[in-house]
Amino acid sequence: MSTLLEVRDVSKRFGGLTANHNITFDVAENEIVSVIGPNGAGKSTLFKMISSFLRTTSGEVRFKGERISNLKPHVVARKGVVRTFQETTIFKNMTVRESVIVAQHLRAKASLAGYFWGSKAARADVHAFGRHADELIDFLGLSNIRNELASNLPHGHLRALGVAIGLATEPKLLLLDEPFAGMNQDETMSMVQLVRKVRDDRRVTVLLVEHDMSAVMSISDRIVVLNFGEMIAEGTPAEIQTNERVIEAYLGSEDDAIGI
Amino acid sequence: MSVTDGSGSTRVRHGIDRKTLVGIAVFLLAVFVAIPLLIAVSGRADFYYTLTSVALLSIASAGVWLMFYIGRINIGQGAFALIGAYVSAILVTKAGVSFWLSLPIAGLFAAGVAVLIGLPILRLKGVYFAMISLVLTQVVTLAALALPITNGAKGITSIPLPGEISILGLTLIPDFATMENSRLAFYYTACVLMVLTFAAMYRLVNSRLGHICRSMQQNEELASSIGINIAYIRVIVFAISSFLGGIGGAMFGAIAQSVYPSSFQVADSINFMLNCFLGGLGYVFGPMLGTLVLYFGWDLLFESGKYQLLIYASLLIFLMLVLPNGLLSIRLDKVWRARG
Repeated sequence: MSTLLEVRDVSKRFGGLTANHNITFDVAENEIVSVIGPNGAGKSTLFKMISSFLRTTSGEVRFKGERISNLKPHVVARKGVVRTFQETTIFKNMTVRESVIVAQHLRAKASLAGYFWGSKAARADVHAFGRHADELIDFLGLSNIRNELASNLPHGHLRALGVAIGLATEPKLLLLDEPFAGMNQDETMSMVQLVRKVRDDRRVTVLLVEHDMSAVMSISDRIVVLNFGEMIAEGTPAEIQTNERVIEAYLGSEDDAIGI
Repeated sequence: MSVTDGSGSTRVRHGIDRKTLVGIAVFLLAVFVAIPLLIAVSGRADFYYTLTSVALLSIASAGVWLMFYIGRINIGQGAFALIGAYVSAILVTKAGVSFWLSLPIAGLFAAGVAVLIGLPILRLKGVYFAMISLVLTQVVTLAALALPITNGAKGITSIPLPGEISILGLTLIPDFATMENSRLAFYYTACVLMVLTFAAMYRLVNSRLGHICRSMQQNEELASSIGINIAYIRVIVFAISSFLGGIGGAMFGAIAQSVYPSSFQVADSINFMLNCFLGGLGYVFGPMLGTLVLYFGWDLLFESGKYQLLIYASLLIFLMLVLPNGLLSIRLDKVWRARG
């Protein structure tokens, strides 16, 4: 398996606060890799730097050997690295199908003026967008809510809609932001299956940020653990489970949470 | 809104059903035949000026509406109307350019200015963009007072009426100065421009650019994550908006045959925005209805003398409370209820 994503010595400082310090790891093609860590470990910051929503202070992120850090989000998306958001970030007044259609922006062949005049290429695009949308919606098992407004959807469906929007862009690497947060056991398990299906059937590499341990252990090929902005461990789920520093970090964080 | 294509969707593919078509026909007949007839019968020729103004203001309001469509409150359309009016006036009086050529140039010039101003200020959102845009009108007014080419406070006056357009000796549009009733000609010109503007807006909103705008209005972060260059789209939309402002302003200057720094003021910019609110931000034709109601509403309240502004403001507040989605939402509510 070849390396797809390289994170190299990435650091982020907000004034005096170091949110990430010299993080280095790789993601190979067709892997599912999770970044975990207690609250405030710097997971989200790292996630935003990989998708260019935040600039790095030092270090860089490479995708297929090309730098993708410190660009614009839409440029990174064009290269095939697309992030999802937590459930509040959706197109509220669009239906599931409309969202998935609009998200196929990168597949458009016609120009915006072409769409305005209704050129041949534009009509072909519109047709293809609809077909892809229906296919993707069926793939993700969202057929029964296809014409539902996003603002009317429950938790679990919103998360799936987020994945659908991300997948509609045809990414090579999908970055999932806490895909299991706030889910019960059943919802988590079906989401785990969905993510596996995305990797297996669509050949999409997945990097996810999460703190639900059990889900992460069952889904990941490899896990990267952060604590206070430092990378403290990297390895397979079995290795991580027995790693002393990880256990210490997680117990320590619980003390903190209670203490505050 | 219709994100369309075949495959089981409830929407029609190629645009327009019969009911809409009838609606459009009735509207066009009313504007181009019925109203001129009624005015001729009643002898109230002053209505031409009022309705021409409504048509032109609704064009500028359409631009503001489009900015709402990407989630930006634009209270600076007066600035671009003023720029358009000056560009056209200067071209006609100083360079001897035909008015009909100066009209698109005025629009394009306003759009060009919008691109330059928009690049830095369109990063701002919500009330911050609104505040900056509010200043623009004042800036352009002051520039018009200071620059030599705009002739300061005296403005540009005695602008000749639009000349004739002919192709191969065939007169398409006669010289306005030779007409018996140039008011009617201006009315028709303004209405044609308005119809073209709103047809284009309808098309735009229902094309891919419209869908992209809508996605940006709802969530810019998510829009950029799916590969949309949001900075580029914002500038494009601001340019289109200002183009419409420039066209409206240039046409106004031609009718008044004069342009002053005070031709468009901050109050006008606010009115453009109110027109959109009143008509409904969710409907392409909202600004047209909003402009009509607001313009006539203000005139009708003239009878109330010193209470005019008080009643006007109270009514607006009341309308926004009762109909937050604008006047056009009434009609749609009824349709939905009828369908059960």
